[in-house]
Amino acid sequence: MKRLLIAAAVVAMSTTPAFAQVKVGMITTLSGGGAGLGLDVRDGFMLAIAQSGRDDIEVVIEDDQRKPDIAVQLSDKMIQSERVDVMTGIIWSNLAMAVVPAAVRQNVFYLSPNAGPSALAGKGCHANYFNVAWQNDNLHEAAGAYANSAGHKNSFILAPNYPAGIDALTGYKRFFEGDLAGEVFTKLGQTDYAAEIAQIRASDADSVFFFLPGGMGISFLKQFADSGIDLPVVGPAFSFDQGILQAVGSAALGVVNTSQWNKDIDNPTNAAFVESFEAEYGRLPSLYASQGFDTANLLISALDTASPSDADAFREALRAANFDSTRGDFAFGPNHHPVQNIYAREVIQEGDVFTNKTLGLALENHSDAYAADCMM
Amino acid sequence: MSTILIIEQILNGLQLGIMLFLMAAGLTLIFGVMGLINLAHGSLYMVGAFAASTVANLTGSFLAALVAALTAAAFAGALVETLIIRRLYRAPHLDQVLATFALILIFSEGTRLVFGSFPLYLDIPSALAGPITLPGGIAYSKYRLALIVIGLVVALGLWCLIERTRLGTQIRAGENDREMIAALGVDISKLYTIVFALGAALAGLAGALVGAIQSVQVGMGEPVLILAFVVIVIGGIGSIRGAFVGALLVGLTDTLGGVFLPELFALFLEPGAAQRTGSALASMSIYILMGAVLVWRPSGLFGARA
Amino acid sequence: MRIHETAVNTAVLLALLSVPAFAWWTDEPFTITLATRAAVLALAAVGLNILLGIGGLVSFGHAVFFGLGGYAMAILAFHAQNYTELNLGIGVIDGTNSMPVIWLVAIIVSAITACLIGLLSLRTSGVYFIMITLAFGQMFYYFAISWSTYGGEDGVSIYVRNQFPGLNTLDPIQFFLLCFGLLCFTLFVTARVQRSAFGVALNATRQSRARAEAVGLRPVRLQLVAFALSGAITGLAGALFADLNRFVSPSMFSWQLSGELIVLVIIGGVGRLIGPVIGACVFVALEHLLGGLTEYWHIALGAILLGIVLFGRGGVLGLLTGQDGARV
Repeated sequence: MKRLLIAAAVVAMSTTPAFAQVKVGMITTLSGGGAGLGLDVRDGFMLAIAQSGRDDIEVVIEDDQRKPDIAVQLSDKMIQSERVDVMTGIIWSNLAMAVVPAAVRQNVFYLSPNAGPSALAGKGCHANYFNVAWQNDNLHEAAGAYANSAGHKNSFILAPNYPAGIDALTGYKRFFEGDLAGEVFTKLGQTDYAAEIAQIRASDADSVFFFLPGGMGISFLKQFADSGIDLPVVGPAFSFDQGILQAVGSAALGVVNTSQWNKDIDNPTNAAFVESFEAEYGRLPSLYASQGFDTANLLISALDTASPSDADAFREALRAANFDSTRGDFAFGPNHHPVQNIYAREVIQEGDVFTNKTLGLALENHSDAYAADCMM
Repeated sequence: MSTILIIEQILNGLQLGIMLFLMAAGLTLIFGVMGLINLAHGSLYMVGAFAASTVANLTGSFLAALVAALTAAAFAGALVETLIIRRLYRAPHLDQVLATFALILIFSEGTRLVFGSFPLYLDIPSALAGPITLPGGIAYSKYRLALIVIGLVVALGLWCLIERTRLGTQIRAGENDREMIAALGVDISKLYTIVFALGAALAGLAGALVGAIQSVQVGMGEPVLILAFVVIVIGGIGSIRGAFVGALLVGLTDTLGGVFLPELFALFLEPGAAQRTGSALASMSIYILMGAVLVWRPSGLFGARA
Repeated sequence: MRIHETAVNTAVLLALLSVPAFAWWTDEPFTITLATRAAVLALAAVGLNILLGIGGLVSFGHAVFFGLGGYAMAILAFHAQNYTELNLGIGVIDGTNSMPVIWLVAIIVSAITACLIGLLSLRTSGVYFIMITLAFGQMFYYFAISWSTYGGEDGVSIYVRNQFPGLNTLDPIQFFLLCFGLLCFTLFVTARVQRSAFGVALNATRQSRARAEAVGLRPVRLQLVAFALSGAITGLAGALFADLNRFVSPSMFSWQLSGELIVLVIIGGVGRLIGPVIGACVFVALEHLLGGLTEYWHIALGAILLGIVLFGRGGVLGLLTGQDGARV
């Protein structure tokens, strides 16, 4: 019905061609290491587009191979050749830093379904940049807050030696009130953690916090479980998403991790999303899939009230975030980053499948530490 | 830092070194006998891990998984050797680098085509799970201890094979003068296939053994491949003994560097900066070691020729 | 024979020029960007080809110079963009967004680094040389990842392309012409070097080191000069590549990039003046066309590379002119 009205309006104006198409450019990682994350975002996004039933949204999908220079090249192609109105899809912070600043300055809207580097939340924020996932520090901050409530007093913390790793430990320390039994930066891409585990064993820590995305986290968890060290482990959701939990197996059981989403969050949108995603793709959705799904629904909600050709009206429509999120309540802060609840969840086994169960809130209506630096 | 922790870290370095030796032994053997630089050796490591994971999930037996890894990697190695590699023995190093680089692309994306983009599951056998207490009160992972033992046994077996058997004699002869042994009636192309398959099987074994404590995923072979190259270059290309010494050196440098360099910098920097500077230097340490060895001895520690 | 080769060279350059000219006419700016990428990668490979083709030295670490050029641009432009000073330890300077200055810095830094790496690496030969250059590449890579001042693994974004007097560098066709001009100039210089006394002596050293020494040449000194020249050209390409993307990251130092540069040289034809240009055009075209067809395009790329090595000795140029390139 609504589409009929819009069509009628377009015909009435008759100065623009009928059915103004909205073109969306999605650059994401579909090949090589880390392709699982990009596939989830893409599938979640396309599911929402399909469910909306709209045929005026055209999505152009390209694979960045997780290489920054390829991502930049694709972004040039999207803007110069495809002339897209909105871009989305990037998984990794370093790729986002390569693409987003230049794209938004060329009057394209960018909706981030995953990466949230601090530079884009603070001084480098931009009116055309919206983050639908989280600021990078958020889940780590929630892990720190959870560690307090769980009564941990002395944490051993570790992360890879690169910007996101340094941000992770900073985020944890920002909220954790106890002492640090040790703070270790590992090599990026490291797969053997025997040395770090020996240090944990020798320390007097009462808990371990780690941020090791992808294969690094799988390796660490398996080796930690085998070491026989009996300390509670806390981490962000990235090492416990649906895609990699099966590869970690029982080594992850009982680990508490923080996430803004889980498949058991109780709201009708989420229940419908989990069911339809599983029906469509034959696997359980991950948090990345939920983020892709939410990103598409945000876009659709904004398109219902404005067109990207009227940039100011479209921006206001995005900022209103008038859509039903899989996470329940969702709103944007002043820097266009989410203000949302972050939950603590625990890894459990359901039959053959390893998955997460929500324990409770870690942080309520949480914003980020950089919003004050954003002069928009 | 306590003595116990230092001993434990040395054990960790040894374990990493021994696993690197399994990779490096095949690489150096293939170079020594056939004069081939094989960048695709890391792909055979990956093949071993994927085969092991598949079979372990089907049968639940870790031993069957190891056998599958050995067989699959040896078979893949023999296949690649017969179809492609044997055309490269007389080619310049440059062509070998390029062709085996192309094989990496094909292996990686082919594996992804078959197994999908998500990591696979492979666990250590329950008999070897958990820690064991060593003399002196050191709690150490049983499985890692087993890796050290298996690696040493394989090293010993390899030494016996090369020094004590007929095949070994042919291999040694092949390293010295390939025209001559062909003239003596040895089927040289069969010998080459066997050597290649042997090297591949060792890589596959390493992949399966390490895959149980790390993640089994596409692209897992390349970081190990680079390390294995560092090992054989330090040891001297073509020398099994060199590969053994080089592997232990690299394993110990990498592990101990990561532990002690940050501690060292903490003496004169504030903790956060010391951690970052120390670990940055630690990740460069083995390459610095390799550069230093080559400047000192341009053909590696045990290398006879370039 | 010389005429034939000159004709091929001219045809290749004209073809590379005609694509963006056509794209400009039909208003397809992205095709111009692709052509610029090809021209810049070609420039990097021309640098490598001096070492690989004429000198016979397989450097598996040329990404070092590519990355140094890129970071020279990023660091200077980063300080200009943020109006902060750059502390060199010996003094403080301002950043700059002037391309000629950035190019000069990129060339000098790359050449000096190439001399230092060359001094150590040229003590070895054969496989050891391949591996020691790889080791230097890894050192720079890991250093760049942990260098938090300039973004570590995230790299550095430069919002606006740097300036060249009299041009609007943000206009794709003008920036392309700038890169194309530099490529032509470098090819001209390379051709002169190849025919100079130095080039002939270097070529002789590649073919037989012992004979070269016997007639009184000093191979290591020749190779060192070739290394510095080669590194400087690749460094310049790195600075242009950074400006093309307006972004640098440690991946410019990665061993995969070193491998890709070698691939470019080999696809075109080792040791041939125009070989790297052909290689870069073919590579960019393959990447663009195959990448658009399937996620699994790496399999096809691998198969094509294998085909070239096994059946197409001498690369595309070898096929065209019916002769092999230089043996390495």
